[in-house]
Amino acid sequence: MRYLPLNENDRAAMLARIGVSSIDDLFADIPAKARLDGLIEGLPTHASEMAVERHFTDLSRQSLSAGDAPFFCGGGAYRHHVPASVDHLIQRSEFLTAYTPYQPEIAQGTLQTLFEFQTQVAQLTGMDVANASLYDGSTATAEAVHMAARITRRRKCVLAPGLHPHYAQTVQTAVQGETMDMHVMTPAMGADADVMGALDDQTACIVVQNPNVFGELVDLEPLAKAAHAVGTLLIAVTTEVVSLGLVKSPGEMGADIVAAEGQSIGNGLSFGGPYVGLLACRDDRKFIRQAPGRFAGETVDEAGKRGYVLTLSTREQHIRREKATSNICTNSGLCTLAFSIHLALLGEVGLRKLAALNHARACQLADRLDALDGVEVLNQSFFNEFAVRVSGNASQIIEDMAKAGVLGGIPAARLFGAGYFDDVLMIAVTETNRDEDFDALVVALREAL
Amino acid sequence: MSKIYYTEDHEWLNVDGDTAIVGISTYAAGQLGDVVFVELPEVGKTVKKGEDIAVVESVKSASEIYAPVSGEITAVNEALEDAPETVNEDAQGAGWFFKMTISDAAELSGLMDEAAYGEFTRE
Amino acid sequence: MAMNSTGRPTAPTGDVPCAEDLKTFSGSRGLMQQEPLLHEVGAPEKCGVDLPDVPEHTARLGGLERDETIGLPGFSEPEAMRHYVRLSQRNYAIDLGLYPLGSCTMKHNPRLNEKLARLPGFADVHPLQPQSTVQGALGLMAELSDWLVAITGMDAVALSPKAGAHGEWCGMMCIRAAIEERGELQTRRRVLVPQSAHGTNPATAAACGFEIDELPADDTGRVDMEILRAKIGPDVAAIMLTNPNTGGLFERDIREIADLVHEAGGYFYCDGANLNAIMGKTRVRDLGVDAMHINLHKTFSTPHGGGGPGAGPVVLSKRLSNYAPLPYLVRDGDGWALIEEAAQSDAKPFGRLSVFHGQMGMFVRALAYMMSHGADGLRQVSEDAVLNANYLLARLSEEMSPAFDGVCMHEALFDDAFLKDTGVTTLDFAKAMIDEGYHPMTMYFPLIVHGAMLIEPTETESKESLDRFADSLLLLAKMAKSGDTTRFTAAPTLAPLRRLDETRAARTPILRWKATDA
Ligand SMILES: Cc1ncc(COP(=O)(O)O)c(C=O)c1O
Repeated sequence: MRYLPLNENDRAAMLARIGVSSIDDLFADIPAKARLDGLIEGLPTHASEMAVERHFTDLSRQSLSAGDAPFFCGGGAYRHHVPASVDHLIQRSEFLTAYTPYQPEIAQGTLQTLFEFQTQVAQLTGMDVANASLYDGSTATAEAVHMAARITRRRKCVLAPGLHPHYAQTVQTAVQGETMDMHVMTPAMGADADVMGALDDQTACIVVQNPNVFGELVDLEPLAKAAHAVGTLLIAVTTEVVSLGLVKSPGEMGADIVAAEGQSIGNGLSFGGPYVGLLACRDDRKFIRQAPGRFAGETVDEAGKRGYVLTLSTREQHIRREKATSNICTNSGLCTLAFSIHLALLGEVGLRKLAALNHARACQLADRLDALDGVEVLNQSFFNEFAVRVSGNASQIIEDMAKAGVLGGIPAARLFGAGYFDDVLMIAVTETNRDEDFDALVVALREAL
Repeated sequence: MSKIYYTEDHEWLNVDGDTAIVGISTYAAGQLGDVVFVELPEVGKTVKKGEDIAVVESVKSASEIYAPVSGEITAVNEALEDAPETVNEDAQGAGWFFKMTISDAAELSGLMDEAAYGEFTRE
Repeated sequence: MAMNSTGRPTAPTGDVPCAEDLKTFSGSRGLMQQEPLLHEVGAPEKCGVDLPDVPEHTARLGGLERDETIGLPGFSEPEAMRHYVRLSQRNYAIDLGLYPLGSCTMKHNPRLNEKLARLPGFADVHPLQPQSTVQGALGLMAELSDWLVAITGMDAVALSPKAGAHGEWCGMMCIRAAIEERGELQTRRRVLVPQSAHGTNPATAAACGFEIDELPADDTGRVDMEILRAKIGPDVAAIMLTNPNTGGLFERDIREIADLVHEAGGYFYCDGANLNAIMGKTRVRDLGVDAMHINLHKTFSTPHGGGGPGAGPVVLSKRLSNYAPLPYLVRDGDGWALIEEAAQSDAKPFGRLSVFHGQMGMFVRALAYMMSHGADGLRQVSEDAVLNANYLLARLSEEMSPAFDGVCMHEALFDDAFLKDTGVTTLDFAKAMIDEGYHPMTMYFPLIVHGAMLIEPTETESKESLDRFADSLLLLAKMAKSGDTTRFTAAPTLAPLRRLDETRAARTPILRWKATDA
């Protein structure tokens, strides 16, 4: 076995040193009835690197990858180009094979990059502080709801009509263990301002996505004002963080907590994970103390040199146990590094240009599609994803286009359930789409209609 | 005349008539190490003896503070928010946590005096 | 002949000041490069990415353009490489040396797995592509499920949990759903959790709305059966038991524990973080478990990446399979399909854990690890992990104090009795290990042992490596006992930084960089 350094001589010498005669003496505590004498049934024995690689390569070929097709899927995961240096750097042994930085003297690499990540996330979202990541945007949203309930000591939570339905389900599932009063508004395209109607002085938070799940942009400012007037917090959700290079930040519009999916920057599609949940909030003791997950913080060492540590840990499960603000332990460490490196390579100029490019290309495609018979762009505004009404069943159209080798977007019914928005298709455009891809989509769509 | 009482959870009470000032003992402050945060109860809150109403934290620990007797919180030591180190420096003086009324003086009878607490912490 | 006439010294001259005394002008020390913060070295106008020009278009942003400066620093590619490579050199890593963090299972991360995770059919597929176009990816998930089911003997597996704690939550929510269906949610309130449990266990049970009732350990470090018997009752929803437990011990009475809980109508949740000690030696099913998460980032070697990502699939018994969350995988003719909504499901999923269906990147790596080892290799992994831990336990016991008598499983637990009256604490001892070039063991956990030191070498250490490690620790222990305390209390002195002021960090939190108003 190529990964196991011990040989039979070692094993014999070690057993002798321990003072037992066989390896099974070390497993004597396993109840006799439950011992497995032979090998696990139904599994093959060990395989060479070459054999394993062959098997996986075969499996990989059985999927149509985004890079091999004109590709327009979004809905909470976006395909952007990630510079090669990002993947190289995150595979440095010292980043890849380190544990959580519990010994700060020999983990400054991880800790400093986390501190830089937190700063970048805070800047991007227009908030004061950010944590060191959560699993993904949807679990970050659920954590934000918990956090808001604790801060306000209220139980009512309103989910806006433009919140990604799978985010809404994640939140609803996450609060099952508590007595929360959930108001999930009926999904609708341009109706996010309706949350104001559901506000009262018992409301802990309103959760509003921007751009919303249909791609429509939402002015959060009036919502924030209305919420604050009754002591309610505004949780702003973003599933496409590249938009923040072009669109007013949630912080600037008055959000109290931001929960976002950071996958778009630095991280590939990877069939849904691992991604990186961003959580940012105001610099207010009350907020920070109720926040979930880890924080890296600045301090000095004994010799007065600047350094970083994990801090404010009394909120966390390993100290606070059942009273912790969350049960999260392992987070999205390496994905934060990929995010941070990619964003550092982009910088202010690059991110703004990337965002502008995404938007411009989306505008171009929207105009082309809108000109087609049987296709109507539904959005008043959007960033890089928009919804179109098609004359036909969107799910069927997507299947037909896939058969023609075009991954033409996501049928809204895939998110909302069969029977809802059956004729609506969601189309995302990024810098990776070429004019040829647009042409192919137009052809495939025309044929499928 | 005020009188000092202690609880088995290492809280002290300086009782004067039907009001008390409450904090953690010098001994407890020493055991906790550097106090980095104190979460105080809300003024006006009615509390029951034994209810957890505040938290004192060091870097690697968080300890609950229980209401030593039943009553109502009348004031909290807001200075601790910015200067939690006061708890280490002067636990039984400037490091007090909150003031409260005592609704049932009989509850005091189960508490320790200075000498008994001294015994208690030696064990 | 062309001759270079400029001679230069090629042997050391010997008259340099002692390294400790030499103060450098740059702040760097040889290969240990000083590196400021990204925000101090990057600049907003710099960019390391070339993008095409933005085509003419009429913006459709609804008047929500971002006007304010974001303030993001940028780098050219060479500058970025330096920044991150320099920072990387301030990290300890498994690839640098033994990483004996108990409970964390820091084993070698095969690079084949990294390569395979990057194959386009896994890395470059979208979670909401038509399912007909992702059969390879779904097939991989199905294969992973088959392996996990075979290894544990359980009936079903929920793949979507994103880490161990998320898996705990998934398993406990299945239990909650089952109890709710029985109409007992109001009465079954209590979850028994040993004091030695990882903090995520009580945090999870609390998040599910249960009350936590702590179980003390007996003097062998295992569940105190007498107390368990006294605590068990019709209001018990579940026990959350780690096995092998966090002291590295197999819970000998596990079947009786399972029976007791079951007889009382409760469920047995097993924290499977330590599956790496027993896979191939026993099947979780035969231990009476109802639900267990598996940390793919521990047992199956997906890299920890400085804190994540992980994956925490949950295996379920028949009694709980029906409640597994959405989305889940089913057979569909010759292929596979994801059930994504309750309306499509003929089961009773308790809900949805997150927006998509799990940590694909981890699935690929874990499955590659399993296939590489095979049934024989996985068994050998458990045996070698346990052998290595016991070898260290035997050798280190010469100077250090084991917390409990007898052999251990995959990790060896010591207390600080051997440091009594030396003036050296567990923390000091751990920091002195850093100067010796080792990452410290897990300290002060589990909570049931004073000054705990939990050492998990894993199966990927050679005997030579273990011997060098043991030699160093034994010498350190002797040194501590001999009264040489400053080497400990001042440690580390040879790491990039000395001990950090965590009190200051917590009292006046600085959680981000800010431009100074200069
Ligand atoms: C025993 C035990 N249980 C649970 C966990 C939680 O797992 P994770 O960090 O993946 O959430 C860990 C690891 O951190 C652990 O060691």
